[in-house]
Amino acid sequence: MIALLLRDLRIAVRAGGGFGLGLAFFLIVCVLVPLGVGPESATLAAIAPGVLWVAALLACLLSLDRIFALDHEDGSLDLLATAPVPLEGVVAVKALAHWAVTGLPLTFAAPVLGVLLHLPAPAQGWLVVSLALGTPALSVIGAFGAALTVGLKRGGLLMSLLVLPLYVPTLIFGAEIVKRGAEGLSTATPLALLAGITAGVAALLPFASAAAIRINLR
Amino acid sequence: MLPDLGRYSSEVTASYIVSLGLLALLIALTLWRGARVRRALEEMEARRRKETGHG
Amino acid sequence: MQTSARLLPWTVGLAAAGLVVGLVWGFFFTPDDFRQGSTVKIIYLHVPAAMMAINAWVMMLVTSLVWLIRRHHVSALAARAAAPIGLTFTLIALATGAFWGQPMWGTWWAWDPRLTSFLILCLFYLGYIALWEAVDDPDTAADLTGVLCLVGSVFAILSRYAVHFWNQGLHQGASLSVAPGERMSIVYRMPLYVTMAGFVLLFVALVLIRTRTEIRARRLKALEARERMG
Repeated sequence: MIALLLRDLRIAVRAGGGFGLGLAFFLIVCVLVPLGVGPESATLAAIAPGVLWVAALLACLLSLDRIFALDHEDGSLDLLATAPVPLEGVVAVKALAHWAVTGLPLTFAAPVLGVLLHLPAPAQGWLVVSLALGTPALSVIGAFGAALTVGLKRGGLLMSLLVLPLYVPTLIFGAEIVKRGAEGLSTATPLALLAGITAGVAALLPFASAAAIRINLR
Repeated sequence: MLPDLGRYSSEVTASYIVSLGLLALLIALTLWRGARVRRALEEMEARRRKETGHG
Repeated sequence: MQTSARLLPWTVGLAAAGLVVGLVWGFFFTPDDFRQGSTVKIIYLHVPAAMMAINAWVMMLVTSLVWLIRRHHVSALAARAAAPIGLTFTLIALATGAFWGQPMWGTWWAWDPRLTSFLILCLFYLGYIALWEAVDDPDTAADLTGVLCLVGSVFAILSRYAVHFWNQGLHQGASLSVAPGERMSIVYRMPLYVTMAGFVLLFVALVLIRTRTEIRARRLKALEARERMG
């Protein structure tokens, strides 16, 4: 499984794939929002937590269809499904690789973009924490969406329609952590809830994703 | 005939028109598709019966 | 097919009766509410629609489970049949909720937790229907949508709590509860029960009709495939 992880990481970084793209998209959205909303720092500061989270979420969405599609096309997905390694593990590893290439870099880049959006200083740390906790969930949930649509020709848009509603709880709690951090309030509740969602999703969703892949490979 | 709906008459009327309209649309589409599929199936089965009768 | 054929006229008749009696009674023969004025009449549409929007999804969940475990084809087709009906009820719940809220909140839309939850439910319905349409092979489609319904149900429950957290958090003052939390007077409750029964029966009738159509459509597709293969 380590070999699979390294292979996926290598592919993602080499093929000019999701790696730079997700970050660039994150940046672009954070530039477009002030252009659309106006430069007034009070307004931006108020919406910064939400904007950063929504931008992160959309950036993760971008590279999701690559998780399984490439392997499906060249037949290696069939091999992985019949390999001695459990398919659930394969899914988890692929989600991990996706996170390492999109969610993780986003988490590091976020504070800089927070500055662009006038995010209050006390919230910066909470921004990183919330993204670090929440983006793995985005990858795992995204992997489920990708598994459902892996057989479809132009499944990208449908996958977004399926995945985005599933992102709602993570988004709500993630943004809430940053908002409370900005106001200096206790972030304990949303933090616990976000962590709970990520843990639950990471533990259980790969089973559903593996089932979906097996259905699609029949 | 109509009860005096007072100052909320537009909201109440709109609710009823939209809701009943959506229901009517749903029912109409359901019945229309049902009839279309049923007709196509009957034609198909009639054709097959003729073919197996002669073939 | 025969059982549904025999049940159908009864369900349609009772549904029509329930709806007509309930709505006419509620619209024409109940007084205005002290606080809400004539908008109280909207409950006869909003409450049953909202109730059925949820129940339709629950029915889809159950039938999806039955399909995934017992492989009864009719189950999968019934789930598919129910989805557009549930979607319509969700839209009615949203529209009537907004219209009801307008006099109370002064805007045509408010991110009230209940309304927001229904908006998310609407997205779940759309995704489910879209997946059925997108996949060619009927059994694969049935399996995938079944899994989606299962996972979606978990997330729907999660989202409901998340949304209530989102709108109850700090800014409590702004939110106003739409639904009659207080015990409704019997004057309103009676016609409401009748309309609720009407909506339930309407759902059953439409599911019966649509499932029969799905069964026929499947038979048609199979015959067409056989014809093409000569």
